[in-house]
Amino acid sequence: MKRGFTILGIVTALLLSIALYTALAWAPTEQTMGHVQRIFYYHVSSAWTAFLLFSLNFISSIVYLVKRNEKADIFALVSAEVGLVFCTVVLVTGPIWAKPVWGIWWDPADIRLNSTLALWLIYISYLILRRFSTSSRIGVIAAVWGIFGALDVPFVFFSIWFFRTQHPSPVIAKGGSLDPKMWIAVLINWAAFMCLAWLVCWTRYRLEVAQREVHEAEAMQSLMEGAR
Amino acid sequence: MSFLAIARATLAKDVRLEWRSKDAINAMLFFSLLVVVIFSFAFDPTAEESRRIAGGLVWVAFLFAAIVALNQTWARELRNQVLDAYRVSPAPATPLFIAKALGNFLFVGVLEVLMTPLFVMFYKLRPLGLGWELVPVALLGTWALVVNGTFFAAMSLRTRAREIMLPLLLFPLSIPALLGMVNATTAILTGEESPAFWIALLVAYDVVFTTACLLLFETVLEAE
Repeated sequence: MKRGFTILGIVTALLLSIALYTALAWAPTEQTMGHVQRIFYYHVSSAWTAFLLFSLNFISSIVYLVKRNEKADIFALVSAEVGLVFCTVVLVTGPIWAKPVWGIWWDPADIRLNSTLALWLIYISYLILRRFSTSSRIGVIAAVWGIFGALDVPFVFFSIWFFRTQHPSPVIAKGGSLDPKMWIAVLINWAAFMCLAWLVCWTRYRLEVAQREVHEAEAMQSLMEGAR
Repeated sequence: MSFLAIARATLAKDVRLEWRSKDAINAMLFFSLLVVVIFSFAFDPTAEESRRIAGGLVWVAFLFAAIVALNQTWARELRNQVLDAYRVSPAPATPLFIAKALGNFLFVGVLEVLMTPLFVMFYKLRPLGLGWELVPVALLGTWALVVNGTFFAAMSLRTRAREIMLPLLLFPLSIPALLGMVNATTAILTGEESPAFWIALLVAYDVVFTTACLLLFETVLEAE
C-alpha cells in the first residue's frame, strides 16, 4: 500500500511535468486565439476530472445507502471535496479564457457555464451539510443529499438548454477540427490531472480514516474514564 | 391506523396549530409585503418593465417567505420528543411526510392567494398571455419548493445553525424549478412565447423529486 502510494506520487510528478511541457510548448499555437487557447488543456482536463469525481460521489452515496459500508461514506466525502477543487479550477480558468476571446468574463445565459456553476453550488451545500451536522449518522443524510444533487443535474441542464451557447463544444465532440498534437496534449493533461486527483483522494482518504480512528479512540477513552 | 388516517390526523393537527397561532402565515405575509414594497421603491418600473421582472420578483419573494413555514415544520416536533415517539410507533413514515408537505403547500398557497393582488397593484400587472395558465404554474411551482423544502428541513434537523441550513440546501437544488416558474410566469405575462416547455419541466421536476422524497424519507427519519 505504501509502495503503491510512492509509485503513484512519482508517476503523477512525471506526468504533470510532461503535461506542462506539452501544453505550454509542444502543442501548436492556435491560429485565431493565440497563446490564450493553451488554458484549454487545463480547463478541459479539470472539467473531465471534476465530473468523474462527482459521478463517483453519486455511486458511493448509493453504495453507502444500500450496504452501509463506511469506506463508501469516506469515499463519497473525499470525491466531493476533490471534485469541488477541480470544479473551481474550471470556473476560474473559464473566465480567464473568455475575457480575451469573447470580450466578457461570464455569459449569464450560457448552458454549460450555468450547469457547471449549479453543480459547484450543489456540492458546496453537500460539504456544508457534512460540516454543520451534529448527527452521528451524517453519512446517511449526506448520501441522500448526494443522490438528490445528482438527480438535479439533468434538470439544471434542461432548464437552460434552450439558451444559446457560445461555449466551444464541437471541438471535442466532433473531433475533426482539433490538431492531433492538441489532442495528445489534452489527453496527457487529463491523465496527469486524473493521477493528481487520485493521489489527493488517496491522501485525503487516509487522513479521514485516521481522523475517525482518533475520534473513536477518544470516545472509548472517555467512556473508560467514566466507568472507573 | 391506515395510511390516510395518519396523514389526515397529522395534517389536521398542523392546520389547527397554525390556525390558532398564525405564526408562520403572519411572518410570511409580512416578509413578502416588505419585499413588494421595497422592490417597488427601488425600481418604480413601468408596466412594460414590470412584466419582465415580476415573474422573478414574485417567485423569489415566495421562495424566501416559504422558508419560514418550512423551518418550523419539524422543529415543532422536536419539543417533547414527538418525533422520537413517532419513530418508535408502528406508523409508516410516508404519510407523515405527505401530511407535512401538504400542510406547507396549504400555508404557502394561502400566502400566494393573499399576496398576488398586492403584486398586481404595486407593479401594474396585466398579463398579455392567457392569465389562467398562471394557476397550474403556481400549483406546480409551489409543490416543487414545498416537497423538497419539507424533506430538507427534516435532513437539517440535527445540524448547527439549523435555520440557516435549510436555505443553503434548498436554494441550489431549486435552481431548475425556480427557472421553470420564473420563465413560465414571464412567458404568460408578456404573452410573447408559450409557457408549455416550462410547465412540462415543472411537472417532470415534481414527479422525480416527489418520488425521491417518498422513497428516501424513511431513511432520513431513521438517521436524523
